[in-house]
Amino acid sequence: MIVAERKPLEDIREMIAGYKKILIVGCGTCVTICWAGGEKEVAVLSSQLRLASKKDGNELEILEATIERQCEKELVEALKDKVQQVEAVLSMGCGAGVQPIAEIFPDMPVYPALNTTFVGMPEGEGVWVETCRACGDCFLDKTGGICPIVRCAKGLLNGPCGGTNNGKCEIDSEKDCAWTLIYRRLEQQGRLDAMRKYYPPRNFQAVIRPGKVETLPA
Amino acid sequence: MKAKGAFLPDIVAFCCAQSAYQAADTAGSMRITYPENIRVIRVPCAGRVDVLHILRAFEKGADGVLVLGCHEEACRHLSGNIRAKNRVQRVNTLLQEVGIDGKRVEMFTLAPNQGSRFARIANEVNERIKELGPSPVKSGA
Amino acid sequence: MAKAFKETLNSGKFVVTSEIGPPKGTNLEKLIHHIDLLKDKVDALNVTDNQSSVMRFPSLGTCLLIKERGGEPILQMTCRDRNRMALEADLLFAYTRGIKNVLCLTGDFITIGDHKEARAVFDLDSLQLLHMVRILQSGKDLGGNELDGAVEFCAGATVTPEANPIEPQLIKFEKKVQAGAEFFQTQAIYDLDNFKKFMKYVRGLDKNIKILAGIVLLASAGMAKYMNENTPGVFVPQVLIDEMATAEKGKRVQKGIEIAGRLIRQIKEEAICDGVHIMAIGREEVVPDILAAGGL
Ligand code: SF4
Ligand code: SF4
Repeated sequence: MIVAERKPLEDIREMIAGYKKILIVGCGTCVTICWAGGEKEVAVLSSQLRLASKKDGNELEILEATIERQCEKELVEALKDKVQQVEAVLSMGCGAGVQPIAEIFPDMPVYPALNTTFVGMPEGEGVWVETCRACGDCFLDKTGGICPIVRCAKGLLNGPCGGTNNGKCEIDSEKDCAWTLIYRRLEQQGRLDAMRKYYPPRNFQAVIRPGKVETLPA
Repeated sequence: MKAKGAFLPDIVAFCCAQSAYQAADTAGSMRITYPENIRVIRVPCAGRVDVLHILRAFEKGADGVLVLGCHEEACRHLSGNIRAKNRVQRVNTLLQEVGIDGKRVEMFTLAPNQGSRFARIANEVNERIKELGPSPVKSGA
Repeated sequence: MAKAFKETLNSGKFVVTSEIGPPKGTNLEKLIHHIDLLKDKVDALNVTDNQSSVMRFPSLGTCLLIKERGGEPILQMTCRDRNRMALEADLLFAYTRGIKNVLCLTGDFITIGDHKEARAVFDLDSLQLLHMVRILQSGKDLGGNELDGAVEFCAGATVTPEANPIEPQLIKFEKKVQAGAEFFQTQAIYDLDNFKKFMKYVRGLDKNIKILAGIVLLASAGMAKYMNENTPGVFVPQVLIDEMATAEKGKRVQKGIEIAGRLIRQIKEEAICDGVHIMAIGREEVVPDILAAGGL
């Protein structure tokens, strides 16, 4: 899933300063799960914005809508009625949600209320960790299903650096050293040979950016 | 400028039906007075009080919000009071972000028979909010 | 002219290297002084590459200075700041200027240094860098293209014998051996019993692997404790910390020199490994004293 965090209120207020009527759009998929931009977060943000503008004596009317996925154009089109009533749209989707709205309503200023941080998975209650960087050349078969590209701070392919500190990474004693995890996983599966192999430099152009995939349904 | 004494804050107290609401009753039957400007709202459990309920109270012009629940370990719904505590903490941060003093929202726990504790909390909070003055949301509007 | 490091390595003598940290800025006075002080006392001088992710005068530039002044430089190269093209180009240049030794490192992460917002490169890892040197040596580049004039380097690598856990570190070490690392300089060593166990494993692997034990000068008991807690792969035994603590103020560095000298002597006398790599970290001045204390 895609993980995001809300921008500070101050930054959001700066973006929408001057507008009297806006629409805040939530997204019902990833960012709902990571508590950044679902229906609830939309309601909280609009309440905060109303409080702040009342406090400063500014007029601000807010419409709210949360759609299942902002990254799907058909679903975004359903926002048309509401979009027509406002001067600007504040998207609480990830970056891939903001852009379809901006594309479908090209006359409408669309602003991001979130900082999209990474592709990841939950680690515990309210904690998400990055697990994939969409590198286009998945390496997980060689590393016991633990991604060294993102989970090792240096993205090393051939084993740990000298910075492993009691199984933690040199850059942050709270974070596991990916190569310690990989070693343990492969050892557990009797597959340490995978770690003994030499892996040549990565193809950093496996996906030519901006990425584009053309495919047919199965 | 108005004298501080002239300001009667608008305070909303979300009271758990299992404890605080009964404590308010006890206070009444024991003839212990507490400020009239505290509006008691009965909720089935403090854990039911949502971040949005509290924010909306401020939007409607409240100067302060109280969430009153059962003592720790005593919650009928297991952890309603703990959830409430976390939410109050969360609202505190959200208000700060808006530029409203986070101290305008507070959480306390009490037992159903603690009528005098209820009154004491109500009086103290009333004084504190008076000290803080009217909500900036109200004065700005 | 200094002897080529490769020859020294193969001569069977006890090898001694040390390290120079370039300055932050263009005032090279102190740097040149350190080079002149050490160049004839050791077999080769490493030059750190933006050490600890702190931007400094380049390793390559300092290696040229060492060369000019008649010393034998070891170019340290990390993968943090340059992609494969930049690393290759630097090696072509280094080779033409008589720099013949390179130490292949991964490099510390950006955020520990003084340019915390910079982009970390890590296009290659230390092992791939080592392979890259061999590929350039074969007359090709990493893109598979022919070179008009190849390079020839004595390429080394590092190992952390006190890494925890040690097993993944050893797997990588073996990969470096297979990639043809001609020498290894280790992370700081203080516990010789542990180190002997490591060396037993190394000798069992291949008798010809050249290991230079890392000797880092202790400047105080506080520094020793700090390293135990914060420097990955460094372990200072309590007896040494206690010994440092007995030294009075003003004599602590002296004590550190004494300890370093003792470690060097024991390593040499018992032929535990092939040599030592002395790192005085900002105290290059005292390296001659460490050498003297070590009977070198
Ligand atoms: S190797 Fe890592 S970054 Fe690349 S696709 Fe697989 S999980 Fe994602
Ligand atoms: S300590 Fe582990 S996770 Fe951190 S950079 Fe080194 S190998 Fe990667």
